[in-house]
Amino acid sequence: MADLSLNLAGIKSPNPYWLASAPPTNSGYQVQRAFEAGWGGAVWKTLGEPILNVSSRFAAVGFNGKQVAGFNNIELITDRPLEVNLKEIYETKKRFPDHAIIASLMVEPTQEKWHEIVKRVEDVGVDGLELNFGCPHGMAERGMGAASGQVPELVEKQTMWAKEVAQTPVIVKLTPNITDITFTAEAAVNGGADAVSMINTINSLAGVDIDSWDTIPNVAGKGAHGGYCGPAVKPIALNMVAECARHPKINVPISGMGGVSSWREAVEFMLMGATGVQVCTAAMHHGFSIIDDMVEGLDNYLDEKGIDSVMDLVGKSVEKYSDWGNLDLNHQVVAQINNDVCINCNKCHIACEDTSHQCIDMLKDANGNDILKVREEDCVGCNLCSIVCPVDGAIDMVEYANGKPPMTWNERQAAIGAASSCDVNLIK
Amino acid sequence: MTQLKSKGISLENLKVNFEEVHDGLNAQEAMEESNRCLYCYDAPCIQACPTGIDIPKFIKKIASGNLKGSATTIMSSNPVGATCARVCPTEELCEGACVLNHSTEPILIGDLQRFATDWAIKNEQLLFKPGKKNGKKVAVVGGGPAGLSAARELARFGYDVTIFEAEAEAGGLDTYGIVSFRLPQDISRWEVDQVEKLDVEIRTNTRVGTDVSFDELTNDYDSIVLTIGMGNVPMLGIDGEDLDGVHDAIDFVKSTKSGPITDELLGKNVVVVGAGNTAIDAATCAARKGAGDVKIVYRRTRNEMTAYEFEYDFAKQDDVEFNWLTQPVEIIGDENGKVTHLKCVKMALGEPDADGRRRPSPVENSEFVMEVDAVIKAIGQSRYTDLIEGFGLDHEGGVVTVDPETLQTSNPKVFSAGDVIFAKGQGEAMVVTAAQQGKEAAMAIHKQLAPEPTSAYKSFNKEEHTWLT
Repeated sequence: MADLSLNLAGIKSPNPYWLASAPPTNSGYQVQRAFEAGWGGAVWKTLGEPILNVSSRFAAVGFNGKQVAGFNNIELITDRPLEVNLKEIYETKKRFPDHAIIASLMVEPTQEKWHEIVKRVEDVGVDGLELNFGCPHGMAERGMGAASGQVPELVEKQTMWAKEVAQTPVIVKLTPNITDITFTAEAAVNGGADAVSMINTINSLAGVDIDSWDTIPNVAGKGAHGGYCGPAVKPIALNMVAECARHPKINVPISGMGGVSSWREAVEFMLMGATGVQVCTAAMHHGFSIIDDMVEGLDNYLDEKGIDSVMDLVGKSVEKYSDWGNLDLNHQVVAQINNDVCINCNKCHIACEDTSHQCIDMLKDANGNDILKVREEDCVGCNLCSIVCPVDGAIDMVEYANGKPPMTWNERQAAIGAASSCDVNLIK
Repeated sequence: MTQLKSKGISLENLKVNFEEVHDGLNAQEAMEESNRCLYCYDAPCIQACPTGIDIPKFIKKIASGNLKGSATTIMSSNPVGATCARVCPTEELCEGACVLNHSTEPILIGDLQRFATDWAIKNEQLLFKPGKKNGKKVAVVGGGPAGLSAARELARFGYDVTIFEAEAEAGGLDTYGIVSFRLPQDISRWEVDQVEKLDVEIRTNTRVGTDVSFDELTNDYDSIVLTIGMGNVPMLGIDGEDLDGVHDAIDFVKSTKSGPITDELLGKNVVVVGAGNTAIDAATCAARKGAGDVKIVYRRTRNEMTAYEFEYDFAKQDDVEFNWLTQPVEIIGDENGKVTHLKCVKMALGEPDADGRRRPSPVENSEFVMEVDAVIKAIGQSRYTDLIEGFGLDHEGGVVTVDPETLQTSNPKVFSAGDVIFAKGQGEAMVVTAAQQGKEAAMAIHKQLAPEPTSAYKSFNKEEHTWLT
């Protein structure tokens, strides 16, 4: 049994799974149910001036008959009075002292407002604060959420205001609706943030009803952009976490989120530099009980790998993530088809033939059986065949020893630069 | 394939016993199953379908919600595709070839085909248009699956097509011969209707040779397609066959499809002679008419029976008892000419005969008698030799001789398809084979008669569109 306990900038929780600030953490009742189920922490649904919500708020995107590949919402921050939330936070913390409760906060961008809210929530015993600079809809129009989170100066200044009075660690939650998230992450660090969390939801329109021509979702026939999350956004979130993790000036812990649905994604995010993960859509899809497998699967994984503490995972893959220019141009992999495993659906053939490099032949073996064979000399190692293959183990991408020494693009350009700057003109 | 599951037999309301037993997939099941299809390239299921339906394509169209397109893909290749969705031995055809047999479970292709065609039926879709008239006339003799298929294709090519049908309705075995609880008549009727709506004239209750002369057809039409199928069950050749209570299985099944369900077999002992598809149909119909005891007697064993395994399983669910190695030798009646007993002899299997099946021979002193109220004969079908000879066509024992490529008979103007050209050792007499042969005959006629390659022809067979040059 590995140690699953987490320490993010001093915020401790019995496991690395927190519920993200969202509908599942709207009330004490819900958060207590979550803790009973085994969640390690919860970021309370964003506190601020109570707002008015619309009816018809969520929509999801399915794929090939599977529900909720992606999830979209136009719900805003808490619609309950601050006093009620604070009372329930107090009661929940009292009942679950070892679990992490983080208050998500969003107020107008003034020093006074930030000071006031920080003091009030810290009075009821939260373990930390998460500044919501990410909510992409509803609040942004009022100068809050993503509207301030998209301006590095505003991120820095508001973080500073919160830090001026905060006794507990301050996490800054960042919006992905920006060209380069490291700019705002760096601003948060400059403002004194103890940690950053990402990603908030991505601007989205879930769909258009092709019969009524209404947006999905729609409120009395009208729609507005929402925030997108769920399994489909994982690669976007993972990249943003990784870019921040490998950034030399972003030297604070990262709370990762965006498409974490099982322990597997949690491991991926942590390897890429996240100190723990936050989860919302998976819980909304299946209920709090999914935590059971998330904890057990992670525990078994760590045992299997001989890792004592989940914290030892943090950042282990970061150094493997770099810029394209540092990739070895001479490295080569080729596809190999195992015809004893292959079921002859020919998907690899047609994918390669129509859309890649035309190097998989449909042939007959000596006994007249259909087989598929890769012409290795023409294979560029794109992986497409192994991606479309429906059978485990039918296609392997294997290293092809071409005898060439490693050479990255950057090395190549440097060599060319060096050569052209001396008199011997090597490239001609 | 989905296992046919009997819902049990009601003795109170016999009519419900003849309602379709398999409910088909609901929309969600169809969505899940269609999404499971891999959409193989050069898919083996297409090769395994005698009519070459582009199965991955029609399944993909179900998944996208394009049900009209899906039904069109199916029916374009197979004019009786709704029937075939229900009666094809899919585990020996498309589903047997599905690549997922090698990894998980094959796709329920038959059920998906039914889902798409059921949608078209329910939504009263007309999927095809007649081709531009080319002025040529073709007579189709026999409106079963082969005839309908030929007529549908010829109509799409622009021919003026008339179907001559002896029965009150077209559809052949699909309408009259396949038990209602597997194939309701409405399905076949829809397929007939699809053909009729392409301006095909269907002259029902019209027997060629009686109501219309052979010469009339030969003189008035540019081409003739002979798709008359097979006839009734031949005589067993034993005493007592003319007794009251001895039935022909074809007629017996037909009576359950076209008339009201009657209760004269309620609680009675019924013996069916034979173990082919029709024998199973007759036995299950008898059980569903409330017979107290239904036995199949067959002179060989389960290994040699021609019924499919799924049919056997289904009959067992209806409590049909199989008596292998048993040959009837005499049907015994009472003084009123009503059947009372069936005398049988036990058989033993010897060496394989010409068709590879072990030849049965009687075991000495093994005769026994069973009490029966009805005997249903299902030992195959006789041939319409008179009709074939009426057209003056070469044949072998009632099987019309055709060029295997063109399905042309000894009369260059006459083509033939379906059961009437089906001879022993030529695979299986399936609806789907008849449908394909109908298409092939239509194509051969078009090749012979078309003044120039039509667009219909080009789209039908793109790869060989140079045939006329």
